[in-house]
Amino acid sequence: MYSALWRVLPGPLWARILILLVGIAVLLFALSTWVFPLVDNLLTPSQPVTVDQ
Amino acid sequence: MDAVSEISSLFNDDPEPEQPGDESRPPREDESPRHEPQHRRPRHHPAERRSIVRSVIGVAGEVLITAGVLVFLFLGWQLWIQGIALNSTQTNEASGLSQQWSAATPAPTAVAPTGAAGSTPTPSAAGSGAAPVVMVAPADTKQFAVLYVPRFGADYKRTVAQGVDAKTVLNGGGAGHYDQSQMPGDMGNFAIAAHRDGWGSPFIKINELQIGDPIYVETQDGWYTYIYRDTEYVSPDGVDVLSAVPQAPTAAATDRLITLTSCNPLYIASERIIAYGVLQSFTPRSDGPPAAIAGLTGKGA
Repeated sequence: MYSALWRVLPGPLWARILILLVGIAVLLFALSTWVFPLVDNLLTPSQPVTVDQ
Repeated sequence: MDAVSEISSLFNDDPEPEQPGDESRPPREDESPRHEPQHRRPRHHPAERRSIVRSVIGVAGEVLITAGVLVFLFLGWQLWIQGIALNSTQTNEASGLSQQWSAATPAPTAVAPTGAAGSTPTPSAAGSGAAPVVMVAPADTKQFAVLYVPRFGADYKRTVAQGVDAKTVLNGGGAGHYDQSQMPGDMGNFAIAAHRDGWGSPFIKINELQIGDPIYVETQDGWYTYIYRDTEYVSPDGVDVLSAVPQAPTAAATDRLITLTSCNPLYIASERIIAYGVLQSFTPRSDGPPAAIAGLTGKGA
């Protein structure tokens, strides 16, 4: 999977590394902005800190 | 080709691995011709199959490693990144509320109830200071108060919204008001809940309160100063802590209390920790904030 990705990337070594770093940054941003809050909401128990019947 | 040699060939980059024992043991006359055709004739096929199996297992391994990394990223995000983001949002929202209320305050006429959505002064006074004003209960999930607890941090302030629903109120990193309990300053019990761990951990230090610690609640009308009194641990269904007289659901209210509830123990939440405070004084908005939080009110992150 990752070796195929590496082969697909164009340009010399430094360009590939740069593309990968930018891709990782974009991925982390997308995860923490959209994916993780969504997962967090799904995992939340209904009443975690309140006294309830 | 049998399974063992197929798997062992996965770890060998040589596309045409030699059979073990071929060199060390000279082939016998009778078995060599029997085995040779089996191995040699479909030679192209197993090699191809081997490389497919190898890449499928390789990709599966990479997918699993990626999933593991994602889970760790999520945990790290939940414990640190989300808390940082929520706390700065909370500070800004709390400051925004204070500024909005200050801007809306009419000239220094003590208390001026303004009809429908306004507030009404209660006849009886609480201890020292002016008679506490009790605002009418706000709409569900509306932020109506700001909580200041110096013991929780020098610049600690969180919003208080109506209701204790996790997704719409508590997961925002602030506190929620049990809507069956009284409003701030009222005779009875102003009961709020907040997360102890995660979602900004607003009540993570609830166990560090010391007798006499002030707890300030700011609303549109002014500042309510409560003094921390005691702590109690109850089971998650101990709803009597929310009564006007805690643990005495049928008794008539005699005090103006604040009740903070959160989970206990930290990260386990099999119990609830309850902290009580008693109203000491009410400061109308026209008098300005209490000295201890004067530098905090209305200041952004």
